[in-house]
Amino acid sequence: MNYNSGDTAWIIVAAAMVLLMTPGLAFFYGGMVRGKNVLGMLAQNFVTMGVVSVLWITGVYSLAFSGKGKWIGDFHQFGLNHIWQQGTGFETLTIPPLVFCAFQLMFAIITPALITGATADRLKFGAWTLFSAIWLVVVYAPVAHWVFSPSGWLFKLGALDFAGGTVVHANAGAAALAVILVIGKRKGWPKERMRPHNVPFVLLGTGLLWFGWFGFNAGSALAANTTSAFAFVNTNTATGAALLAWILTEKIRDGHATTLGAASGAVAGLVAITPACGFVSPMGSIAIGFAAGVVCALATGLKTKFGYDDALDVVGVHLIGGILGALTIGLFATKMTNSAGTNGFFYKGGWTLMGHQAVAVLAVVAYSFIATYILAQILDKTIGLRVSEEDESIGLDLSQHAETAYETASYSDGSRFTSSFTKA
Amino acid sequence: MKLITAIIKPFKLDDVKTALNAAGITGMTVSEASGFGRQRGHTEVYRGAEYTVDLVPKVRLEVLVDTGDVESVIDTIVKAASTGSIGDGKVWATTVDHIVRVRTGERGVDAI
Repeated sequence: MNYNSGDTAWIIVAAAMVLLMTPGLAFFYGGMVRGKNVLGMLAQNFVTMGVVSVLWITGVYSLAFSGKGKWIGDFHQFGLNHIWQQGTGFETLTIPPLVFCAFQLMFAIITPALITGATADRLKFGAWTLFSAIWLVVVYAPVAHWVFSPSGWLFKLGALDFAGGTVVHANAGAAALAVILVIGKRKGWPKERMRPHNVPFVLLGTGLLWFGWFGFNAGSALAANTTSAFAFVNTNTATGAALLAWILTEKIRDGHATTLGAASGAVAGLVAITPACGFVSPMGSIAIGFAAGVVCALATGLKTKFGYDDALDVVGVHLIGGILGALTIGLFATKMTNSAGTNGFFYKGGWTLMGHQAVAVLAVVAYSFIATYILAQILDKTIGLRVSEEDESIGLDLSQHAETAYETASYSDGSRFTSSFTKA
Repeated sequence: MKLITAIIKPFKLDDVKTALNAAGITGMTVSEASGFGRQRGHTEVYRGAEYTVDLVPKVRLEVLVDTGDVESVIDTIVKAASTGSIGDGKVWATTVDHIVRVRTGERGVDAI
């Protein structure tokens, strides 16, 4: 085995950084919900860390990455059996397969966790837990196989996705849209005002996400080399550009550049550069980031126009941003950044790559949306996905977890919260 | 005996306290309050969606005084709390029938 200690050390660290993104996401989302739902949001994200950590090792890694199948992996590495064998197509990797497995686990955790932003304030905790487990097997495993595994059909087609613009972001965004169409709007939306209860939390979460994303994107080189350096610099540059573009859009449209807008812009940039970061030039990353900032800022207005309650704009940021990033590879990809890549339209590569990117986007979005819609319908008709109207108005913190985040939580809403002890 | 209640801007509390102390007022009760008058709250924007926030944070200050001091104390508060802009608050006085100092049992004006 020709393992490289530098590569291995970097990917282990990168995996830990990607894990930190999920608590970061929890705070990013948690700050945006009302004060009576913040623990519910944190709990949904943390339980996903539990569910996926166990299932991935048990069998889902094998389903996603083992074998030569075009559509799905096999059972060869169930229970991490045969984990010393490098997967088909990964023979040239210089890191142990177990390190690759751990790194990919962190992607599998954050992808379902992204959905919780759209469904905020109204999912039953147990129902979410079950949903995330089944979704991981039915939607995430096949899609990761198609795109990330060298045996997968989209990988073979020549579609490029460096770190998961389709697998993670477009996938989670399409799934989020499907679930919210099944469960419906939050009670009172859009008439009632549902202000973010803690914007500093949102910024804290954004900082953790931005930091962890270096592991996500630069780690996706699966080595410590020039490609990972490009991915690192492109990630940071696009994020900066998107942050500026979002607040500029706000300033022109609403009159103020907001803190929440700066955080949202940064995340939109991180999303859009994810598939492209290892294939484009740093100058290209500015264009991609800037486009993401403007487009996603405008896309958050779609929900009120079409009447779907995407509470924290998972569709506007992750679906739209993921698609935008995946498609812009067709324009900006250059072999000067990555010789294993392809030239896009602006680098005399014609429209071939754009065609492959469009197929990948369509396939992932369509499959994720349809499969998730069916899954959500089945769960909703059987165990019920949504909390009762009373529990929703009390808030998830108290109704789902018998806790409150703040002493004043009862202030925002007539709730059954009392400060006297009822049980010793 | 009168109870003077003043609703003022939170950042003016220190000025009012200092002015009342200087005028010989030795005690007061202060609490956080929220509400609106002609000012009518403000507008906030989150991801392009506008929210009107009616209730603005204020401070409620209460002072017990002898009837003869009412005008001068009210003047002191108004002078110290005024910024001249909308949302400066209100001051009013109501009649108080009984006052007891808990520690000594003194009643009436002696308890102020």
